[in-house]
Amino acid sequence: MTDHDHDHEHEHDHSRTFQADHAEPTSDGARIGLALRELLIEAGHYTAEEEQTVIAAMQGASPRDGGKIAARAWVDAEYKKRLLDNGAAAIRELGYEIEPYEFTVMENDSSTHNIIVCTLCSCYPRSLLGMSPAWYKSSTYRARVVREPRTVLTEFGVKLTNDIDVRVHDSTAELRYMVLPERPIGTEDWSEAKLAALITRDSLIGTQRELVLP
Amino acid sequence: MNAPLFDVGQRVRIHDRTPPVHHRVPNYVKGQVGTVERVCGMHGEPEKFIRGDGNPRQRIYRIKIQQENLWQEYQGSARDCLEVEIFEHWLEAAK
Amino acid sequence: MNEPWGPHDLGGQKGGPVDLAEHDTAYWEWQIDAMIRLSLKKGLISDFAELRDGVEQLTQDDYDRCSYYERWAKSLAHTLVSRGVVSDEQLTKQIESVRRRQEAGA
Repeated sequence: MTDHDHDHEHEHDHSRTFQADHAEPTSDGARIGLALRELLIEAGHYTAEEEQTVIAAMQGASPRDGGKIAARAWVDAEYKKRLLDNGAAAIRELGYEIEPYEFTVMENDSSTHNIIVCTLCSCYPRSLLGMSPAWYKSSTYRARVVREPRTVLTEFGVKLTNDIDVRVHDSTAELRYMVLPERPIGTEDWSEAKLAALITRDSLIGTQRELVLP
Repeated sequence: MNAPLFDVGQRVRIHDRTPPVHHRVPNYVKGQVGTVERVCGMHGEPEKFIRGDGNPRQRIYRIKIQQENLWQEYQGSARDCLEVEIFEHWLEAAK
Repeated sequence: MNEPWGPHDLGGQKGGPVDLAEHDTAYWEWQIDAMIRLSLKKGLISDFAELRDGVEQLTQDDYDRCSYYERWAKSLAHTLVSRGVVSDEQLTKQIESVRRRQEAGA
């Protein structure tokens, strides 16, 4: 499926595409939110500047951060061990913080495929990986991937034979997940930066298995 | 520090109940038996928080359940599994 | 599968194909997200659990009709009104004001 990264700054036309259940700011829900925001700012609970700062920080996070973490794990076997054992501590070494959640990295290999979901509400390590995809938040993904992961994966273009085990992780409490994709063959002498550039958002969630070499 | 009640590899059952308050246990794992995949840390327990019992910390466990046990018509490998994080008071030892 | 205990408890339900279309996050959605984070930071709400609870208490119809950020907005509004941070009257008036401005200007 998506073998190009489509979630951060794109050069194409910026007209918004809203999905069927995705509202314009004129919907009831949006108006409630905007009205509430105005009241809170008016009452001095926070300022527009603080809002800008928070938004800029959120917009600054992207799957490139996940890519850097994954690439480090690929090139440094000891780091990978630390990452798999205690993700939160390991990412702190690289300057990332996801407190108070337990950052948990699940490693793909030749006989294992991991995929992440939060059926109850769409929990996702957004401060680390950027905004979650629309489909991740959808009722259909949340409902179906726990029950028929292999079918859902084929919809994403991932076909798995039964010699590969599928592990579905439902983020039900205070853990936040990232998949560590399998390092592609033929990248043995690549730099960390070149490796990081291979990694896509979907491969970090588990709806992509093979990484595309340029 | 509270010692964990359950060990990695131990068989546990997730309670099958539906308290009338916010709880982080999806319907489809209630009553299921799995094994402890990982003993996690202590976190504020939301059910008690919503009830107004403060925000006491309680241990979370990752529980691994075989997919073929969860779904009658599961399509896939017998080794496929589903893993969830459950607070300690939702778990009991199983045979 | 057991009975879902709320509209959010949908793991394991059947459904159609996943819509894979990509969608930009609208600016108002970033603003809702920021409002939630700042509400927590400033102690207007004490725990994210309050917001999840608010979403879970939406009717099935509301839950299905509303998008992700609309649900959080409704939940936060309900929570802050319950906590007395804003009043129902203030909110109603402000919503009307937003509506008028949008219909006039936007």
